[in-house]
Amino acid sequence: MLGIGEVFQPDTAQNLLYEMLRIRLIEEEIADRYPTEIMRCPVHLSIGQEAVPVAVSAVLRPSDQIVTTHRCHAHYLAKGGDLTAMLCELMGRTPGCCGGRGGSMHLFDDKAGVLLSLPIVAASIPVGVGAGLAIQQMGRDDVAVVYLGDASVEEGVFHESANFAALKKLPVVFLCENNLYSVYTNLRDRQPDRPLTDLGRAHGMPSVRVDGNDCADIHASVTKAVDLARSGGGPTFIQADTYRWREHCGPNYDNRLGYRTEEEFESWKLRDPIAALRRSMLELGWIDAAREAQMVEKVNEEIKAAFAFAEAAPYPIPETAGQGIYAE
Amino acid sequence: MQNERILTAAEAIREATEIAMDEHPEAYLIGEGVADPGRIFGTTKGLLEKFGAARVIEQPVAENGLTGIAIGSALMNRRPIMTHQRVDFALLALEQLFNTAAKSHYVSNGHHRVPLTVRMIIGRGWGQGPQHSQALEALFAYIPGLKVVMPSTPSEFKGLFLAAVKDDNPVMFLEHRWLHYVKGHVPTGSYAIPLTGPRVARSGGRATVVATSYMVLEALKAADALERIGCPIDVIDLRVLRPLNTESIVESVRRTGHLVTCDTGWMRYGIGAEIVAGVAEKAYDSLKSAPIRLGLPDHPTPSSLILASEFYPGADHIVRAVGKQCALPEAAIEQACEEVIALRKGVPIDKPDPSFSGPF
Repeated sequence: MLGIGEVFQPDTAQNLLYEMLRIRLIEEEIADRYPTEIMRCPVHLSIGQEAVPVAVSAVLRPSDQIVTTHRCHAHYLAKGGDLTAMLCELMGRTPGCCGGRGGSMHLFDDKAGVLLSLPIVAASIPVGVGAGLAIQQMGRDDVAVVYLGDASVEEGVFHESANFAALKKLPVVFLCENNLYSVYTNLRDRQPDRPLTDLGRAHGMPSVRVDGNDCADIHASVTKAVDLARSGGGPTFIQADTYRWREHCGPNYDNRLGYRTEEEFESWKLRDPIAALRRSMLELGWIDAAREAQMVEKVNEEIKAAFAFAEAAPYPIPETAGQGIYAE
Repeated sequence: MQNERILTAAEAIREATEIAMDEHPEAYLIGEGVADPGRIFGTTKGLLEKFGAARVIEQPVAENGLTGIAIGSALMNRRPIMTHQRVDFALLALEQLFNTAAKSHYVSNGHHRVPLTVRMIIGRGWGQGPQHSQALEALFAYIPGLKVVMPSTPSEFKGLFLAAVKDDNPVMFLEHRWLHYVKGHVPTGSYAIPLTGPRVARSGGRATVVATSYMVLEALKAADALERIGCPIDVIDLRVLRPLNTESIVESVRRTGHLVTCDTGWMRYGIGAEIVAGVAEKAYDSLKSAPIRLGLPDHPTPSSLILASEFYPGADHIVRAVGKQCALPEAAIEQACEEVIALRKGVPIDKPDPSFSGPF
């Protein structure tokens, strides 16, 4: 595995650290404020899983498309999704990306190339492949990144989508974040003991496994996959192992429920992607405490302003709830 | 009529598809069989040769996945036309149709459009059985965000299909397989019939019969026979099941006071129930008799010709329903029933009615 000194320039690494810190702090702020009940919709936080979306997005252009899942905040933010539009959506306000019609599981941002997020497990996978088909039909050299979780490969539609993407050599990257749990159920209780990468290989595409908490490892594999897709070489399957720190849905920790051990949780906390990148950057002299404090301050200002904006934003008019069912 | 161009509905939909793909360079056709030797009962004949494999895509057997893929491409401004040789197979794609296609425009507050047309063919006869002959339009019509269209005549097949492809919403286009054989005048060139409501297929005034799809033809046959016994009726071809526009139906019932519905699906929880409820809400005082719903009995379609012999209502059922509502003389009702049954010329009920050769 390559170190960050071999993969990144200092400014790229600094950007990655900044983006991960930003997502972490935004998610923590959502968690802190959630009990006030100002965000009246389910939230699936990405804390602990920041490395994948940040490293992937560093490879992508705005015109590249992503599709994502119920756990979409980090993917959306890392791809350049508008923070205030996201917070307004969580609060059911008019400037929300969906105008309050979707909530936290339907984030999208056309300008940033966040095509859509869908709450039903695996439902966004074919939509992302369809974006790849459209890109191919239009003769563009963009790519579509399909974020999926470890459980979604249990759904038939994953296999249908992977089969078609490989058959037509579509410009798609299947980015499978394996966080080991579907709600409370461990991977070993849901799937036989076989590498997830075998699934990509079975559909005839290159398949790699990366450390999903290591920006350099993710970035290197995604770069290769995106280059292949842009040049007409078809899709790649990437398994990125990572870990969700908080409960499946909501702001809290839930280890007390006993579905995972404290030891397992602590072992993954030691693999915190932000701490890992920070350590490597300190060794290389690419970051120091003062510089990081500046980053945190900048993010906190952005968060403060975004929450203030969202909290002051108007609610939609109730009478509009029945409008816009059909496009004119 | 002179200079009438007579086509079957199958030929009309083929022609409409070709015109739609000429008109919309972003349109493409995808489905199991669109480029195989059968060409979806001939309805996609010649299209692969004209438009090439990039726009006429023979799809893997993966209905839900390919529906999602079509939706994803539609969100990126493509205009997919998808086909299912039997609507029963489309059941595998309900997740994508109901969750993603139907809701994308609404949930994105109008930012996203899903210009997707899904052709679904309803089978009947020749022992198709419980999973090859379901008429599931009520299922699709239940979902806000979908449009649901059921054409009846060849010219309607063409005009409604051209409107469906042009529409920026997901349109479920349900074709009754037996209608493919029906002949009728089809205008040349491009014309779209707006997806805004029913068509008054016959004005008679004594009773109102609301029919969908294939049952429109049965209703017209019944109307002819009823007219001969002095009971001319209104026949309304529902045509667009969603968004539902009951205006012309309510207007008709206000005049006639009698309502019969006949559609291709099961009677329970079906289209007829929605029509009757809509009329009761708006024209209750005009009703002179209890509305009658004609639909399939409350069990799956059996395969055997013998078991299926009483399964499908026909023109004679419509005659009896109207006869009862209008208190027609028993002998006259029997005469009209005999007439419509004779039109079948003794052809077994598992084959298309030969009298449906049109033109209509």
